[in-house]
Amino acid sequence: MGMEIFGLPMMYYIAMVAKVLVAFVFVLLTVAYSTYAERKIIGHMQVRLGPMRTGWHGLLQPIADGLKLFFKEEIIPAQASVFAFLIAPLIALIPAFITFAVIPFGGVIEVAGYKIPLQIASYIDTASGKVYDLNVGALYILAMSSLGVYGIVLAGWASNSKYSLMGGLRASAQMISYELSAGLAIVSVFMLSGTLSLNEIVNQQSGLWYVFKQPLAFCLFFICSLAEINRTPFDLPEAETELVSGFCTEYSSMKYAMFFMAEYANMITVCALTTTLFLGGWQGPLVGSFALLGPVYFVAKVYALIFFCMWIRATLPRYRYDQLMHLGWKVLLPLALVNIVITGIIGHFIN
Amino acid sequence: METLFFLIISLVAIVSAIMVISCKNPINSALSLILTFFCLATYYVMLDAPFMAAVQVMVYAGAIMVLIVFTIMLLNIRVNATQKHAHKVALSCIIGFATLINAAFIVFKSRAAVPAGPYTSNVIKQVGHTELIGKEMFTTFLLPFEITSILLLVAIVGAVILAKKKL
Repeated sequence: MGMEIFGLPMMYYIAMVAKVLVAFVFVLLTVAYSTYAERKIIGHMQVRLGPMRTGWHGLLQPIADGLKLFFKEEIIPAQASVFAFLIAPLIALIPAFITFAVIPFGGVIEVAGYKIPLQIASYIDTASGKVYDLNVGALYILAMSSLGVYGIVLAGWASNSKYSLMGGLRASAQMISYELSAGLAIVSVFMLSGTLSLNEIVNQQSGLWYVFKQPLAFCLFFICSLAEINRTPFDLPEAETELVSGFCTEYSSMKYAMFFMAEYANMITVCALTTTLFLGGWQGPLVGSFALLGPVYFVAKVYALIFFCMWIRATLPRYRYDQLMHLGWKVLLPLALVNIVITGIIGHFIN
Repeated sequence: METLFFLIISLVAIVSAIMVISCKNPINSALSLILTFFCLATYYVMLDAPFMAAVQVMVYAGAIMVLIVFTIMLLNIRVNATQKHAHKVALSCIIGFATLINAAFIVFKSRAAVPAGPYTSNVIKQVGHTELIGKEMFTTFLLPFEITSILLLVAIVGAVILAKKKL
C-alpha cells in the first residue's frame, strides 16, 4: 500500500473509515428494527399480531414511522430556553453512538494482505501481530454513559414544563445512583482480567466466559444497566400514567425521534458491553480458523440480549420510585461490594 | 499533527472557558464548563494518562457537574443582566492582569522539566498508567488514601445528619 500518511499506511485510514461506517450503519439499522422487533415481540407475547399493514408483516413500519416523524411540525415552546432545548437531543444521542468506538466486534481479519482488527479504536503492530486498543476502554464507556444524563436533564429543564422537569429529575437521580452499582459490579471482572482493555478482556474469555465465573456481577450489571438506560421495569422518567411522557413531553418531530433513537442506541450499547464483558464478546467455536465468524457470534449474542430486554418489558410492571431507590442503594450496591470482597478473597487464595 | 490537534483543543478550551464567565444564563455557563473539562481530559490523553482522562470525564463532567446543574435548575436563578458592578469589574481586572503576568513569567522564564524519578514516559508506556497509579496508591500512599476515604465518610454522615434532624 505505497502511500503513507503520518507514518501509517493508506490502508489503515481506509480500514478505519470502513469500520466506522459499518459500525454506525449497524447501530442505526438495529435501532430502527429493534423498535419494530419490540412491537412485534410484545405483540405476540400478548397474543396480538403487532404491526401488519406496512409491507410484508409490517416490515416497512420503521421507515414509515421515521418519515412520519420527519414531516411533523416542529414546536418549540414559547417559554423554553431555546439553546438548551435544541442541544439536549444531540447530547442524549451522541454519547450513545460514540461508545461503539471501543467495543471489539471481531478478531483480526485479513483484507488484501493487510491485517485489520475489528474494533474501531485499535491499532495492529504489523511486526508482532499484537493488537493495541484503548487501555481504559471500559472506563471510557462508563464515562460516556455518564454524559448521556445531561441530554435528559437539559431536556427536562429547558422545556419549562412541570412534567418534563419531574421526568428529568427522576431520570438523573436514577442514572446517578445506578451508575455507581453498575461500575462496582464490573470491578470484579477487572479483578479477574487484570486489565481495562476490552480487547484483552475478550481474549481472556476464549476458554470460560466471565458470566460463569462472575454470575452475580453479570446479574447486577445487567439490572443496573437496564435502570441506567431507563428501560422497563425502571422507566419511571417516562411513566405515562404520572408524567405524560416525562422529559420529552414538549418535544416533537425529529427531536422526539432523536430521544427514541438515543434510548434504543443505549440499549444496544449496554447489550454489546454485557456481551463483551461477560459473554465472551466475539469468541465462539471455530472462530480461530474462520475470523469472519467473530462478528456473527457477536451480533447473535447482542441480539439475544436485546430480545431479553424486550421480554423483560413484556413481563414486569414498573417499579415505584421509593422501591427503585431502595433497590439501588440498599440491595444492589451492597451486593456489588460483597461480590468484590469475595472475588478478592478467592483470588488471593488461588494465587 | 499533534501540535495542530493541541492548538485546536486549546482554542476550544479557551473559548469555552470564556463562555463560562460571559454567558448570561447559568445553565449555559455550566455547559461550557463541561466542555472545558472535556478539553482537559483530551490533554490528559495527549500526556499518556488515559486513566486520568477517563476519571476526569466520569467524576467532574459526569458526577460533579450534574450536581451543579441540578442546583442551578432547582434554585431557579433569574437572569439579572441590568445590574452593573463597576468597581468589582475593575478589581477583578487588576487581579486577572496580575495573574496573567505571573503565568507569562512562569511560562517564559522556566524550563520544561522532564519527569524525574523512576516513572519516565517509557516506563509508563510499558507498564501502563492505570497499573502504576493503582500500585502506588495501595502501597506507598495507602495511609493518605485511607484518610481521604474516612474524610469522605465523615462528610457523608455529616450531610445525612444535617439533612435529617430526626433519625
